[in-house]
Amino acid sequence: MAIFVDQNTKVIVQGLTGGQGRFHGLRNKAYGTQVVGGVTPGKAGQDVEGIPVFDSVADAVAATGANASFIAVPPKAAPAAILEAARAGIGFVVCITEGVPAQDEARVFATLQRDYPATRLLGPNCPGIISPGKCNIGITAGEIAQLPSASGPNVGIVSRSGTLTYQALYELKQQGIGVSTCVGIGGDPVPGTSFVDCLAQFQADPETHAIIMIGEIGGSAEEEAAEFITNHVTKPMSAYIAGVTAPAGKKMGHAGAIVSGGKGTAQGKMDALRAAGVQIGLNPTEAGILMAEIVRTIRS
Amino acid sequence: MDLFEYQGKQYFAKYNIPVSAGGVATTVDEAVAVAATAQYPVVVKAQVQVGGRGKAGGIKLANDEAEVRLHAKNILGMDIKGHVVKRVWVEHASDIAEEYYASFTLDRAAKQHLLMLSAQGGVEIEDVAAKDPTAIVKLHINPIDGLSLETARRASVEAKIPDKALDGVADMLVKLYNCFTQGDCDLAEINPLILKPTGEIHALDAKVSLDVNASFRHPEWAEYAATEELDAREQLAREKNLQYIGLDGTVGIIANGAGLAMSTLDVVNQVGGTAANFLDIGGGANAELMTAALEVINSDPKVKSILINIFGGITRGEEVAKGIVEAVKRVALRAPIVIRLDGTNAEEGRKILADAGIPESQLTSRPTMLEAARAAVEMAK
Repeated sequence: MAIFVDQNTKVIVQGLTGGQGRFHGLRNKAYGTQVVGGVTPGKAGQDVEGIPVFDSVADAVAATGANASFIAVPPKAAPAAILEAARAGIGFVVCITEGVPAQDEARVFATLQRDYPATRLLGPNCPGIISPGKCNIGITAGEIAQLPSASGPNVGIVSRSGTLTYQALYELKQQGIGVSTCVGIGGDPVPGTSFVDCLAQFQADPETHAIIMIGEIGGSAEEEAAEFITNHVTKPMSAYIAGVTAPAGKKMGHAGAIVSGGKGTAQGKMDALRAAGVQIGLNPTEAGILMAEIVRTIRS
Repeated sequence: MDLFEYQGKQYFAKYNIPVSAGGVATTVDEAVAVAATAQYPVVVKAQVQVGGRGKAGGIKLANDEAEVRLHAKNILGMDIKGHVVKRVWVEHASDIAEEYYASFTLDRAAKQHLLMLSAQGGVEIEDVAAKDPTAIVKLHINPIDGLSLETARRASVEAKIPDKALDGVADMLVKLYNCFTQGDCDLAEINPLILKPTGEIHALDAKVSLDVNASFRHPEWAEYAATEELDAREQLAREKNLQYIGLDGTVGIIANGAGLAMSTLDVVNQVGGTAANFLDIGGGANAELMTAALEVINSDPKVKSILINIFGGITRGEEVAKGIVEAVKRVALRAPIVIRLDGTNAEEGRKILADAGIPESQLTSRPTMLEAARAAVEMAK
């Protein structure tokens, strides 16, 4: 088991013939992911190292039976690409595109909610998702992810930041801890998938025994997660929140990472999570070490 | 990107939101010329991106040319909470019957647009919220439904906007909403939104923050970018296409990824140091990027040591290491570097760094983030 994606997930890459789509699409395929097709309007009939290219998502789905899409197109084209995938019946859409305007993200999210409730969007501006040994969609380097062990315990990872997602994978690998699924939800203002969505799935996933969460300043996603954890998550958790020292009013790289009007501080988020029973590390390594202790406790 | 008031008003005008006749001036003579066109009495307003201008003496009424000269002379160059006034906005003074508040933002938790409206404007909205939360009406708007005149009117009634102003306020809200959505604003705020004795509704101030991700469809924003207040380091970083934010500490930071960069700041702080900056060089970390990053850090006289924190994912450790070696050769650095290199092929990368023949006093390597931060902080003392 894993969450959202596994060995049966069939992926198409929207933008497979572009630089990013080709590079990461082929890497995902090399990892063992079932990358069954690509979509670039006007390039039907071509192929990228054996992966067939179609004009539309609908064509690709009809020919390949794809149920997931990996979107690697420029910000201008991303909103339409997401909605095209949803219209074609794709259930899981990963959009790595950085720089999508917030107004577009809000409209896309509302449209999915109203017209395509069966489609889940991960991102935009996210590193993607990996269920180690089964499926890797996005830009994560597969080799830094520890395979889950059949006997457990395994850890689920959910993170708002790209490099800190890798950092978390790496910390667990150093500790020899298996990963069930690692989800990078992205740092944009309106992410398609939230911490809460992932926590609910991890809680229900029998292969996940503990959860590590990496948050950052800005917004209230971590506070909402804390509330959800209090009421619904029984699996042990550790967390790290980046941006303790970030000054107010300055965007820290991510469109969403900003402390404004005294809201969205790292301290507030850590306090909320601590109150929900989550063990807080003051840096990613500490969160990893805390998780190692949790895993040791589960093992004994 | 935050706009100055005068830019916000010009932006509002594009969406037919009524603002006062006026113009921007950088000298006393220009202020006098603008005042003559705007017609007396006029208000001379300091253009700074910080609250509390009025209290600091940055907003003055002028009834004639002599008064404009006096006020413009005093206000231009004035320091308001660390912001030096480079421009004043001179506009025709409005008669005010009542003051309201209106704003649109994106509520990230609800993933919808949020209207905030109050019949108590002209003061800090946080103060209103603290004293009497019921005085602010909050209305969520589904981005695909938009805001109708009818809904805007209902919100105005709920906010206890008086009858005589209802139609005008509702109309203004729809225009402000259009500005917010079509104009790709993160924030569009009018405080105060005034009712004139003649019955018209009018934006007396403008607070606009633009979503830079939407720049591709707003070529007209180029002029705003030119007036952004960046320090010399931030200006250089922008030219080099780096994500850089200047801070006040002594440890220069370079990391790949926004989260890791933030985390590096935290760890430096945790071991007793202070960061000089936030700098995310993104996933690439090649020699060009690294050179540019080191040049920017090197231009900061406060920097006593440099901490490079790289996690190799797709970018392999040896490529990162080669980039750093090359960059160190190109830039005459004033401060020593401590590097933490981890992730894919980190071993190979560390070997390249060790074998590059760069003296230890200039470049040292530490295996973990925490140890690297400790070393960098020690050197900065």
